[in-house]
Amino acid sequence: MTDLSTRSPTGLKAWLTNENPESHLQASCGRAYYAWLDFAANRLALLGLIIVGLLVLVAALAPLLATASPIAPDLQSRLLPPSADYWFGTDELGRDIYSRIVYGTRLTLYVVVLVAIIAAPVGLLVGTSAGYFGGWIDKVLMRITDIFLAFPRLILALAFVSALGPGIENAIFAIAITSWPPYARIARAETLTIRRADYIAAIRLQGASAGRVIWGHVVPLCTSSIIVRVTLDMAGIILTAAGLGFLGLGAQPPLPEWGAMISSGRKFLLDQWWLASIPGIAIFVVSLGFNLLGDGLRDVLDPKSGD
Amino acid sequence: MIDIQDLNVTFSTGADLVHAVKNVSCRITAGESFGLVGESGSGKSTVLRALCGLATDWSGRVSIDGEALEPTARRSDSFYKTVQMVFQDPYGSLHPRHTVNRILSEPIAIQGLDKPGPRVEEALEQVGLGHGFRFRFPHQLSGGQRQRVAIARALILKPKILLLDEPTSALDVSVQAEVLNLLMRLREELSLTFVLVSHDLAVVSHICDRIAVMRNGEVVEEVTADELARGEPGQRYTRQLLVASRGYDREAIDQFEDFG
Ligand SMILES: Nc1ncnc2c1ncn2[C@@H]1O[C@H](COP(=O)(O)OP(=O)(O)O)[C@@H](O)[C@H]1O
Ligand SMILES: [Mg+2]
Repeated sequence: MTDLSTRSPTGLKAWLTNENPESHLQASCGRAYYAWLDFAANRLALLGLIIVGLLVLVAALAPLLATASPIAPDLQSRLLPPSADYWFGTDELGRDIYSRIVYGTRLTLYVVVLVAIIAAPVGLLVGTSAGYFGGWIDKVLMRITDIFLAFPRLILALAFVSALGPGIENAIFAIAITSWPPYARIARAETLTIRRADYIAAIRLQGASAGRVIWGHVVPLCTSSIIVRVTLDMAGIILTAAGLGFLGLGAQPPLPEWGAMISSGRKFLLDQWWLASIPGIAIFVVSLGFNLLGDGLRDVLDPKSGD
Repeated sequence: MIDIQDLNVTFSTGADLVHAVKNVSCRITAGESFGLVGESGSGKSTVLRALCGLATDWSGRVSIDGEALEPTARRSDSFYKTVQMVFQDPYGSLHPRHTVNRILSEPIAIQGLDKPGPRVEEALEQVGLGHGFRFRFPHQLSGGQRQRVAIARALILKPKILLLDEPTSALDVSVQAEVLNLLMRLREELSLTFVLVSHDLAVVSHICDRIAVMRNGEVVEEVTADELARGEPGQRYTRQLLVASRGYDREAIDQFEDFG
């Protein structure tokens, strides 16, 4: 309660932990700071964050980190085992697997980010509208959601990709279209409790439109569980993308997509194990990273445990 | 100011139809403090919620400030600037992710009023909260401070009528008195009309001039504060509420009758 802490010499930390913030920015940063303290106390979550952070870093710096072209074949050096020159060996066209893995992070990130950007908002919008309006809007929206939920994701994605044609953009679109229904379900369930709260009654009594209530009051309370769920789903999304790549329906050669790399490497699995195993390990590590991160975020963001 | 004739409110939950308010009529003049008392579940909150459009399944004739109301959720902008409500539970009536500033400036933005900053500062001043509270989140406030913010929010559009749904019953006894005094001061300063709901006759008789006693959705008696102070309500039910409000006296409780 003391105003002395505002100007105390410890600078940033004092600014963040000040009980009487001077601006909205300071209040939000202070809140984020406490959430970060919670999050950082969880070692596994930190590991997840580091893995995901590395993924982003490697994708950004791929041209610097790669030692060779990821797509240009070099038939002189086919199927070489891991060595000082070729850290992860070479594939059947003589391409450096290490460089392909490094460039592959870009495709993985591309898939993950695009799916999240498409599926999460669609799920949020459908779920919160259904929950807030109720009645026939709810019935229609939820029946549509149920239809999408009734099919296993890979099967539905397969159907979409075969209709749209193979390619990484179509794979992303197919995965996004099959990913939003669970988010809609979560958002709707949360909205059903939120809409009965007095703070919603209060803002309606100030004359707020339905759009304002949903966007400004309901959505912010649903986003944390959606973020957690999306993060936990990332592993599945990466695996689905890899699965589509493996089946030849995702990224097309010569793109260094990890699933496609496993697919072409599987012919050599017994004698040249590194062709398929290295991208497999990469998929595993990144999936694990997203899972750990999601678990940590759940502990911090879950509205039932905080506030 | 508020004219209610034969108000009936129902809720349908699945196949059941709950008749929560039955044939309630009352007339509240401008500047008056009107009280609604009754045990929990007697339909007091429902009357308020029907008035402000949060319960839409009602019939009867209701007019506020000369404007007849329809049983719909959507009201005119002038309605929202005339009538505001303070809710019972200050822990549930403030959005957990919004700062006090956001909570208080949103009504200003919705109604398109000018000078949001000074208005927010003024409202905080009115309810006895300093500038230091402006950018706090609700979880950084005590129950009493939260209720003050809720009162500030209700006042920010400068309404003439304040509907108060048990504004103090979720608070500690010491804080209750502070908030009640604040409300009385504000009523004086801003010449507000109050409709105060409570299950506690002591609270209502402290603030209100006229009091309607409700039971099972009906108004069983209307008394003035003076009559109550002299201890002469006509109905035994009201007398029992009066006894109950004096505290948990063993002897008194033994005399209680069941009016179910
Ligand atoms: N949303 C609702 N749905 C169904 N029944 C309700 C609802 N709100 C209130 N009721 C019923 O209406 C009656 C009156 O409730 P209420 O007005 O909250 O009482 P009070 O405020 O006097 O305690 C109660 O029997 C309650 O169960
Ligand atoms: Mg009530």
